[in-house]
Amino acid sequence: MKKMNRPDSKLNETEVKQNGDAGGQLSVFTNVHTAAGSPEKRLLSAFKKDTNPGKAYLAGREYYSEDGKTFELRLVRRIKQQLSADPTTRPEYPSPLGLTEFTRRATEVALGKSSRAIVEERVLGVQTPGFTAAVRLGAELLRNWYDHCAAWCGPVYLSSPCDDSLAGIFQAAGIQDIREYYYWDDQQRGVCLDKLLEDLLKAPERSVVVLSASAHYPTGADLSHNQWTVITELIMRRRLFPFLLLPPQALCYGNVEREAWPVQYCASQGMELLCAQSFSHCFGLYGEAVGHLLCVLKQNSLLLSVQSQAATIVKSLWAQPSAGGANIVATVLSNPAHVVEWKEEVKHIVERCMLIRELLRERLRLLGAPGCWDRLTQQSGLYCNTGLNEDQVEFLSQRRHVYLLPSGCLNVSAINGRNLDYIAESIHRALTTSL
Amino acid sequence: MSLFSEVPQAPPVAVFKLSADFREDSHPQKVNLGVGAYRTDECLPWVLPVVKKVEKLILEDSSLNHEYLPILGLPEFRSASSKVALGDDCAAIKDNRVVGVQALGGTGALRIGAEFLRRWYNGVNNTATPVYVSAPTWENHNSVFADAGFKDIRPYHYWDAANRGLDLAGLLDDLEKAPEHSIFVLHACAHNPTGTDPTQEEWKKIAEIMKRRNLFVFFDSAYQGFASGSLDKDAWAIRYFVSEGFELFVAQSFSKNFGLYNERVGNLTIVAQDGENLTRILSQMEKIVRTTWSNPPSQGARIVSKTLNCPELFAEWKGNVKTMADRVLLMRDQLKGKLQALNTPGTWEHITQQIGMFSFTGLNPKQVEFMIKERHVYLMASGRINMCGLTSSNIDYVAQSIHDAVTKVQ
Repeated sequence: MKKMNRPDSKLNETEVKQNGDAGGQLSVFTNVHTAAGSPEKRLLSAFKKDTNPGKAYLAGREYYSEDGKTFELRLVRRIKQQLSADPTTRPEYPSPLGLTEFTRRATEVALGKSSRAIVEERVLGVQTPGFTAAVRLGAELLRNWYDHCAAWCGPVYLSSPCDDSLAGIFQAAGIQDIREYYYWDDQQRGVCLDKLLEDLLKAPERSVVVLSASAHYPTGADLSHNQWTVITELIMRRRLFPFLLLPPQALCYGNVEREAWPVQYCASQGMELLCAQSFSHCFGLYGEAVGHLLCVLKQNSLLLSVQSQAATIVKSLWAQPSAGGANIVATVLSNPAHVVEWKEEVKHIVERCMLIRELLRERLRLLGAPGCWDRLTQQSGLYCNTGLNEDQVEFLSQRRHVYLLPSGCLNVSAINGRNLDYIAESIHRALTTSL
Repeated sequence: MSLFSEVPQAPPVAVFKLSADFREDSHPQKVNLGVGAYRTDECLPWVLPVVKKVEKLILEDSSLNHEYLPILGLPEFRSASSKVALGDDCAAIKDNRVVGVQALGGTGALRIGAEFLRRWYNGVNNTATPVYVSAPTWENHNSVFADAGFKDIRPYHYWDAANRGLDLAGLLDDLEKAPEHSIFVLHACAHNPTGTDPTQEEWKKIAEIMKRRNLFVFFDSAYQGFASGSLDKDAWAIRYFVSEGFELFVAQSFSKNFGLYNERVGNLTIVAQDGENLTRILSQMEKIVRTTWSNPPSQGARIVSKTLNCPELFAEWKGNVKTMADRVLLMRDQLKGKLQALNTPGTWEHITQQIGMFSFTGLNPKQVEFMIKERHVYLMASGRINMCGLTSSNIDYVAQSIHDAVTKVQ
């Protein structure tokens, strides 16, 4: 964390003369500095101020339907009504670890029902208020209890690029040593395995490596099965610890099992791992903060201890998670008929994203936009990397009022029938206008 | 070898263990006085009628978007919550120097407040600033501040066991002796676990010393409305301090007064000296929230917001809250009456002098053990009981059990 010690000189001159004046003293918060807002926040702020009628925001985190809004799955809406009419719901504190039925289903969805780890009872599942909270809990568990004999404080390796809030989460948990491993290669327009392995080979033993199980944010570029095999072999050999991220499960290929493959593979190799999951995307429950932290241990004798420590950490962070969203997810996942219906609705989302990718690729090809756009349809999920550089991205926002993430990545679902042509034209211009 | 092989089992949380033991007990007359939630006279949890109504309205509202809430929370919830604590005519609100941050329950509000203070209060990252919590206090206060990084957490005198009341002299003495800029965690009303609150005159004395000695006020307000049945009365201490010009934090919980235990609805109200301070504080708060839960859950916040912002629903809610508070007051009255009728040794005035969900009975650990083992009446080892666990069907049995404990066990 950066240390910021300069007192705000302007404040020293301010005299506070108002009702409740605490004796004309300086505020006790004089040392507080304005934090730099996150890049996303600045982007959103600029977008909101933009008065151009054709503006398009392609940097959001949610899935947008064709009408440009986030929406509720039909099934979810029905379940909400069912649950609200349920006379047996009790307003009481849930357990700090969350709803048992939810953690059970969330665990199955990541590891598969017949996972040996589940059968051998060496899996801990903790419901958390959202994905960030799951990562935070995992970070706290590692910092407090990873190799208890020696004080462990990192390093943690994050992919380059990655979600820019990840580093902050580990730091907030007390781990300051955050490093990067090579991931996205601009030239190759994909993952560069060689450089990735090179970086991980240099990692000290007991380093934690954060890997995206699917739908890598923000590039959308995922590791193939072969690449996973090579990477996990290295992780085991070098005694590194994998922390897998599974935020938009099922939104990549519409196939829950396929996207969880890396988690299942690692578990099948007998590895210990943490996995942070989110059900916001695949259930359209963004507002409900439904997250899950999965912890696969090597021995079931450790389960109770680790569980009790997780509960202790949770107690002073948020005490208990919120029940609403988890209830919905548990209700769906524990009913086979609901599951079929859910998968259908998710499939529709995935297909639409795929369609948009195809349409965008076609438009760009027809416009003669330089570069090869096949990668648009080779990747899948919500995000894709356009390959635009920073200057081109800025051109897009300033001159065309089309907002992408600074990395050149965009959320495909925000593209629809009304703005597709304009966006394709804009990307073409960004690439061909000399800047 | 597992990387977690040295992890020890953490000690169980006392109140959960108590509930677990109660569940295992098959005695037909068992009573659970350790639960931390409201119960009706039928000993059932209660969904407030206004909450049921508002939930339906929300379900039917097709205009609601389903996006992530902003990091700081639902704006209408934040402002309405701060207003309910500070009062409609609060000058600080009118001066734009008050803001709320939505949090995961009261615990979440305490935690982000503590994280902020550790980073930005009394210097930068000053983990040595003493944090004072009452003796006794809700046990999670210690963990929250410790895990936020504070190294020096101390008790301040509060409960006078001999007189079964507030140890005002001890409290004021601690305030005088505390290092300048120490942080004090004060219970806004319905002190947990003793149920003993300072009177208005006593609060004034506390405020005078705190202002003179530059001590920081962090209110924990989990029972507004629930204690006396009046929102204004229960917020009197907070409002007094604000009117005296203090910069302060209030961690608010809507778990009890809305019965929304499982939706984790809380708010951290920040009162700063001016609007400019507030902007800077908020930017740091956002950073802290972003690395904790990022976007808070919307369901509970929507329910509270809709209720507080609509006059009819607000009035209905106040009625529901009063219903809960009145039942608690009735149980207090009846318990005291029955103990006096039984001629149970000792004075029992404190049962009706104390306020809120909890009462410190004054039973010692041996007597508590007797209550649990011999009478299957479950309460905390401290002698704390939850008045909500009492009903018209079990109050005679409980009164008799207390009588037996006091007369048979020393």
